Amino acid sequence: MIYREAGQYRTSYLDDGQTFPIRLDRWAHWLLIAVAVLVVPFIINDYWANAILLPFLIYAIAALGLNILTGYCGQVSLGTGGFMAVGAYACYKLMTSFPDISIAIHVVLAGLITAIVGILFGLPSLRIKGFYLAVATLAAQFFLVWLFNRVPWFYNYSASGQISAPERTIFGLPVTGPETSAAVTYLFCLAFVLASAWICRNLTRGALGRKWMAIRDMDIAAEIIGVNPLHAKLTAFGVSSFFVGIAGALFFSVYLGAVEVGEAFGINKSFLVLFMIIIGGLGSILGSFLGAAFMVLLPVFLKNVLTGGLGWPTDLAAHLEFMIVGGLIVFFLIVEPHGLAQLWRLLKEKLRLWPFPH
Amino acid sequence: MLDVATDPGADQGRITGETLLDLRNITLRFGGVEAIKNISFDIREGEIRAIIGPNGAGKSSMLNVISGFYVPQEGEVWFNGSRRPPMKPYEVARQGIARTFQNIALFQGMTVLDNVMTGRLNAMNAGTMSQALWFGKARREEVENREKVERVIDILEIQHIRKVPVGRLPYGLKKRVELARALAAEPHLLLLDEPMAGMNVEEKEDMSRFILDVNDELGTTIALIEHDMGVVMDLSDRVVVMDYGRKIGDGSPDEVRNNQEVIDAYLGVSHD
Repeated sequence: MIYREAGQYRTSYLDDGQTFPIRLDRWAHWLLIAVAVLVVPFIINDYWANAILLPFLIYAIAALGLNILTGYCGQVSLGTGGFMAVGAYACYKLMTSFPDISIAIHVVLAGLITAIVGILFGLPSLRIKGFYLAVATLAAQFFLVWLFNRVPWFYNYSASGQISAPERTIFGLPVTGPETSAAVTYLFCLAFVLASAWICRNLTRGALGRKWMAIRDMDIAAEIIGVNPLHAKLTAFGVSSFFVGIAGALFFSVYLGAVEVGEAFGINKSFLVLFMIIIGGLGSILGSFLGAAFMVLLPVFLKNVLTGGLGWPTDLAAHLEFMIVGGLIVFFLIVEPHGLAQLWRLLKEKLRLWPFPH
Repeated sequence: MLDVATDPGADQGRITGETLLDLRNITLRFGGVEAIKNISFDIREGEIRAIIGPNGAGKSSMLNVISGFYVPQEGEVWFNGSRRPPMKPYEVARQGIARTFQNIALFQGMTVLDNVMTGRLNAMNAGTMSQALWFGKARREEVENREKVERVIDILEIQHIRKVPVGRLPYGLKKRVELARALAAEPHLLLLDEPMAGMNVEEKEDMSRFILDVNDELGTTIALIEHDMGVVMDLSDRVVVMDYGRKIGDGSPDEVRNNQEVIDAYLGVSHD
């Protein structure tokens, strides 16, 4: 009964197009950000940071990126892992080549480099569509992992073939390397998440977003109203890879610290991020977050309940997780292709009228 | 005496402006099939030009030639006084030609407002940076173009469904939204491919009124394909009749109606 929009008048077109048209939503989202920025850093510990919050934040950026490409522009990509690897290796090369420049700048530059690589691999999308494009991006995935394994220049000729992040600081506080504190790495990633989400929302609500969605929904009609398919698809690949690259850079430098490319950025990563946006909601910013949270929390939850609570063997719990995720993918694809975000939207629509049925 | 203003046939055959689009000796082949055989006709500024003919006559192919989907093997397209080189559909759109489709081609995943806003995409050219930060030009453009779109929404009376996803709309409204999207681009030339197919009488009357309003108030030149002869004769200033890819008639509705070849094409002739 509190969740109402009655009496909230919008008097300009800018007001009408705002992200949270209902006042309560607006407050709730500011409150959430305030808690994330002002409260969480003081109560966070290493377990929460490493098991839940850091992976959630970083995957959320990757999911936002893939959602631009797949959810908004309709181009299925199985190359997310490969593009994350580009971000990670670009970040590593920048960190070791220019040690004096801030890590924050390196991460953004790594994103830009990934964007260029993404545009290159997006070129085939002009000729091929759907399933065939997915296979082409799959080729990108395997090629990139192979490249980073085989060319020693990328890992600075280290004996192990791994890359490991040297210590870098922000305002004198270490964010990479062995000496980091949970609160600092958390805030560092959170800053990137908030900026990414804001930029994604801005891009998708304006002219560029409409171009992408037009291409997704009906490419012939999009072309007839004046959308250049080349421009629309390549910008989608570029913007998407930018965020995926940032996610890869953070995943390597802040979260893992040391990376072996086949293990950290294999095809499994591509599928994981794709599952996030399918379960969370294709073509939805909120969906990217919900999907990332779901896929990060589910294994933790199952582990705690099944292994910790019921005393099941670890392998049985792990297999059950595969089955649940697989089942959910099928369920969502059939029953609710727009994912958790759509369920949330429906709930809110009901809530606006509650207690009346319609 | 008839009051000229209320006589539905009063402005038929009215003198309209300069030639806007001139099709000269267009021939279009698909392999061995000649879909369009050496057809020439023109569309004048400000008129409503109908293209009619039995099924398979090549009307839609003609529209696709005009909107750049098909490149004819022979012939020239002159638009706005200059010869048009072969160009992609999106380049044609930027020249000021908009169209609707026989089967509705709306963007199903978007709301009515977003669909109509896509019609303004050619007028929106803020840089990616400006859009990413939602600052300066991008923000200004959004409001300016929204104002133009709202005017179209007003004319076509679809205010109440602004925020509804188009997938939920009934057929007649979808057709209207598609017209709105084409109109939002403020085209010089509007191509309508069977705007009234599958509508009931009331919806047809509404649509006819909208087409006349658009032609009258916005001064948009309109070329339309339609099977409902009553509608065609009432709306159009001049009519082209096609049959088996050939042009068999061209002129005011009255001239066409009395053309023996046209009557034969529609009613059939006995082969004895």
